[in-house]
Amino acid sequence: MFEALSDRFNTFFNRLRGRGRITEANITEVMKEVRTALLEADVHVEVADRFIENVVTKAIGAEVMNTLHPEQVMVKIVHDELVQLMGPVDSRIPFVSSPPTIILMAGLQGSGKTTTCAKLARYCQGKGKKPLLVAADLKRPAAIDQLEILGQQLGVPVHAERDHQNPVRVCRNGVEQARKILADVVILDTAGRLAIDEELMQEVAKVAQTVQPHQIYLVIDAMTGHDAVNTAKSFNERLELDGVILTKFDSDTRGGAVLSVKQISGKPIKFIGVGEKLDRLEEFHPDRIAGRILGMGDIVSLVEKAQSAQSAAEAAELQRKMEKGQLTLDDFIGQMDKMLKGSSMKELLKMIPGMGRMMGEMDLGIDDADIRRMRAIVESMTPRERKDPRIIDGSRRRRIARGSGAAPDDVSGLVKQFLQARDVTKAMAGMSMRDRMRSLTQFANTAAAGGKIGKIKESTTKKAFRHQRDRRKDRKRRSR
Amino acid sequence: MGLFDRFKSALSKTRDKVASGLGLLGLRKKIDESVLAELEHTLLAADVGPAMTAKMLEDVRGAWTGGEIQETTDIVPFLKRKVASNWPAEDRELKMAPSGPSVLLIAGINGSGKTTSVAKLARRLQSQGKKVILGACDTFRAAAIEQLSVWAKRCDVPLVRHKDGADPGAVAYEACDAAVSRGLDVVLIDTAGRLHTQDNLMRELGKIQRVVNKRIPGAPHEVLLVLDATIGQNAIRQAEMFRTHVNVTGIILAKLDGSAKGGVVVGIREMLGVPVKFIGVGEGLDDLEPFDPAAFVDALFATG
Repeated sequence: MFEALSDRFNTFFNRLRGRGRITEANITEVMKEVRTALLEADVHVEVADRFIENVVTKAIGAEVMNTLHPEQVMVKIVHDELVQLMGPVDSRIPFVSSPPTIILMAGLQGSGKTTTCAKLARYCQGKGKKPLLVAADLKRPAAIDQLEILGQQLGVPVHAERDHQNPVRVCRNGVEQARKILADVVILDTAGRLAIDEELMQEVAKVAQTVQPHQIYLVIDAMTGHDAVNTAKSFNERLELDGVILTKFDSDTRGGAVLSVKQISGKPIKFIGVGEKLDRLEEFHPDRIAGRILGMGDIVSLVEKAQSAQSAAEAAELQRKMEKGQLTLDDFIGQMDKMLKGSSMKELLKMIPGMGRMMGEMDLGIDDADIRRMRAIVESMTPRERKDPRIIDGSRRRRIARGSGAAPDDVSGLVKQFLQARDVTKAMAGMSMRDRMRSLTQFANTAAAGGKIGKIKESTTKKAFRHQRDRRKDRKRRSR
Repeated sequence: MGLFDRFKSALSKTRDKVASGLGLLGLRKKIDESVLAELEHTLLAADVGPAMTAKMLEDVRGAWTGGEIQETTDIVPFLKRKVASNWPAEDRELKMAPSGPSVLLIAGINGSGKTTSVAKLARRLQSQGKKVILGACDTFRAAAIEQLSVWAKRCDVPLVRHKDGADPGAVAYEACDAAVSRGLDVVLIDTAGRLHTQDNLMRELGKIQRVVNKRIPGAPHEVLLVLDATIGQNAIRQAEMFRTHVNVTGIILAKLDGSAKGGVVVGIREMLGVPVKFIGVGEGLDDLEPFDPAAFVDALFATG
């Protein structure tokens, strides 16, 4: 997501950096290219034009031409303008004081409504609420089955009526059912419909009239082109939407819909679906997305992710261990698992400032298979070895290697890397958040220069297949 | 209702919304720069994409300065001829095995309309007197197999299915096996939706293709990529990525009955050479039509 846009913006800023003075003419010229990039990313043509115009006007107003670092001023202008396009938005769900909070979900066919309903239920569970799902998609074959299976996976009750074809009745009964079982939230999964299908639009409007939902969300596929805004507009005319949920955000779409929806429909994006698993729904934060588009990383989301992955007690325990340098290999693997939890290493690393830009050029080479391999190695160790891997000698190493199907070198590589990481975390544990952030960025920069991160790969995968001499050369180069 | 009428009525859903049809382009006046700007805007809004739009604009500008066309009302017919010449009729025929069963593999991203398209194709082939069997290879999405089996029952065609989570390759193999031993004409294989960025799932698709080929040499005879008409420029990426794993031979452009134009397929034909074979124009079993380039261009300019 956003790589193409990021690249284009970066070349744009780089070009500004190269020149001492910038004229209005050459800003306009470069912005023309940005416009094409936006259009290629499926940003609505009107939004793209307005965006370009605003940036140029502001750039001229801010006297970018006379400043010493014009590119920095431009980055700020573009960033602010992007945030402006997408926000403001309060991505929380306003739960009503006398439950149940009724949420109606609508959208085109295949936008991902049913899955999103389940994800939203899961999100509500995370907020300590008890949700009820209502299967009001009576059109698509087996849609009810799908919702029931998802409900089962989450342990969320599903209200379904299979003996008739009247969604209004299902929804009304569903809300009643929610009152009966004291659910806090009712999520109504309606059938997919086209905005121009008068009959079906009337039907969903009637559902809304009957049950009076507190929130109405439109589900849109992030890959949608210019039609995204038409859809949002026409649904809004009939339903008074409260927000949009953008799905399939994990695809490589260039994300034009993200930038266009708010401008054209006036409705903000509230959530984004970022994966197939049911916990892959994130709150939408315009400033963070703008940061990602400009390749500035998204450290806030990264930290939040880390925080949500473990309880406060766990975190405190970990902190204590880190300070004392007592981290064990079990902690190491456990942390990795928790942080990843469904997302890929690459996704995660991209959130580190500065990394996004470099990811394109270098193959980080840590994929999830590597992590599985690392885990296999750790799991082949005895508890004592995990606690203090320094005791691993040749014989132990051979045993571990046999047990995990890895080469002995992989084992020592992992151990060495772990000991390094333990030193780093020990040093970092004493720092303030700000310093930590700085050293993390530094780490990212050295990594990009062919340093540490590359090593992980060397020591876990490819190395086993490479010639002895190459390895010796590598070791020499690294120790230099 | 005749075939042509059905097509027209589906497209007219879009067209009804516009009283006069073409906006500025429908007014009879001399072409000038403002008309070309309007044309650019229209093409971009129909998801034709910046590169193709620039190219089409160039064509129109060339014809205009060359004196071939002069008035705004000439533009659409001109582009129609231009685009149609890019989409020969033989593009739209389904390639079938000379003897024995033909295998059609249906692929696409999540929610593009694969399962529904499979059902529609089954109905269509059946009405042409072909004996069809379905393979439910979407063993991943909850209730996908049930969805297909409902369609199979409605079309009255046999279905090969395994349990949820089963190996899709095995299902595909068994479907082919069944087709050979029962002497059926067409095997339609419904696959799980997958984002083209999920490398492991894309490789799984490649495996299905190989497995099918093992059972029936020459198969799959068609690999049809289902694209949602609402999709934007990402469709090009999708087609590219699917093509690196399976031999995509054509496109089914689904959900064309909405307000979306699906203009991106023009670029896909131009850049990748993959033709559109069918369009989906509704939720009924009969709502699958052969692609008609002229009608498609008309619809591009209907402001909706």
